[in-house]
Amino acid sequence: MTDASKPRGGYIQRDRSRHPPAYDPAYKTSVTRSPQKALLSLPTTLSEETGPVFSHSIIGSRDNDLLHNHAAAGESAIGSRILVYGQVRDQSGRGLPDTLVEVWQANAGGRYRHQKETYLAPLDPNFGGCGRCLTDASGYYEFRSVLPGPYPWPNGVNDWRPSHIHFSLFGQAFAQRLITQMYFEGDPLIWKCPIVNTIPSRQAIEDLIAPLDLNATIPMDTLAYRFDITLRGRRQTYFENRPEGL
Amino acid sequence: MPQALNYLEETPSQTAGPYVHIGCTPNFSGINGLYSEDPGSVMVNEQTLGKRIAIRGCVHDGIGVPLKDALVEIWQADAAGLYPSPQETRGQADPNFGGWGRSPGDMESGEFVFETIKPGPVPYPDGRIQAPHVTFWIVARGINTGLHTRLYFDDEPAANAQDPVLSRIEHRQRLDTLIAKSESSGVYRFDIHLQGPVETIFFDM
Repeated sequence: MTDASKPRGGYIQRDRSRHPPAYDPAYKTSVTRSPQKALLSLPTTLSEETGPVFSHSIIGSRDNDLLHNHAAAGESAIGSRILVYGQVRDQSGRGLPDTLVEVWQANAGGRYRHQKETYLAPLDPNFGGCGRCLTDASGYYEFRSVLPGPYPWPNGVNDWRPSHIHFSLFGQAFAQRLITQMYFEGDPLIWKCPIVNTIPSRQAIEDLIAPLDLNATIPMDTLAYRFDITLRGRRQTYFENRPEGL
Repeated sequence: MPQALNYLEETPSQTAGPYVHIGCTPNFSGINGLYSEDPGSVMVNEQTLGKRIAIRGCVHDGIGVPLKDALVEIWQADAAGLYPSPQETRGQADPNFGGWGRSPGDMESGEFVFETIKPGPVPYPDGRIQAPHVTFWIVARGINTGLHTRLYFDDEPAANAQDPVLSRIEHRQRLDTLIAKSESSGVYRFDIHLQGPVETIFFDM
């Protein structure tokens, strides 16, 4: 689909119609945290077309195993065992190798391990809720965890978050930096959530819903969900980068 | 029908939420024993080339209150103006500098701190020189898509005056929102305002 030998231009303009606007009064916290002036358009420069590199040496063997990475020896987190995997690629469909994927989530009861968390559901002593991995040579990642529970949150008087996993992605350039959330196929709370509904496009919301992938399950052990993530791609042209004066 | 271009659509953003520190700085949030250190918490070592600096500031909401649940990241060139990234084609950056920092902010005050080095100048795509700058990325509960901005230095007036990005800014009175202020030797203050009369300039790039 693309010619890898070709010199590459700046990053493709972000399609803001698929991203949530900064200000959405139905998500109350956004009201005082949303810039009100127009963002200043800036074609990407070297400062945004480069990005940090993470070494495999920082990744521990259980960093992507949330079932066990906070558990006592011989124990594991309580909940429905799930495997989440997918490909991180750019808009040209190119898999992005060796890029850091960080995840965090509530436990099976919908409770986060955080000092500001006040939900009455109990902590699971064997669950931390945090994991990471680097993608492989083709851009694939995978981790193992428990299905996070839904939970109420103080927005409206009766708003609930659907089950979700937070994802942080780097790609190869700071222009690609992205934080998002993954939802689970079939969850009726998805379409009632004010945070989900900050996204103005139904199709874009559906891009955050991971389908059950029975072919990737581990029989008698773990259900699997597939969640592919697309980061921004680059324009491609011989003519874009030119010396001064030409 | 013409041929299909088949570009993929970028995955939409969602807020980092109130618990971003669990995933991005677990040691800071009290989840210890998973990672030896929080990623991005140390930017320099004894061998890193360049002038040591510290960058401090807070992210303020529209009421003027500092956020205590933000995550701030920076990305910058080394002292020679080279990026430690495979996309850097002009030379080998300082192997003792990773260029990337991440701060959860102080638990009580919300103040972020980066102990780093002063970056060198880097070229704009047309070959002009950009003044030394640090790229910022801010996420938090209530921020639906991560915000990009840049820090420039108040002790680089000549370079700032020539900078191709700063030159693009139509409302000159807003330029000051991108300039970090020297507080003491090597310490710069850079406060970020999400809203209000001194709203920081954020970039769509």
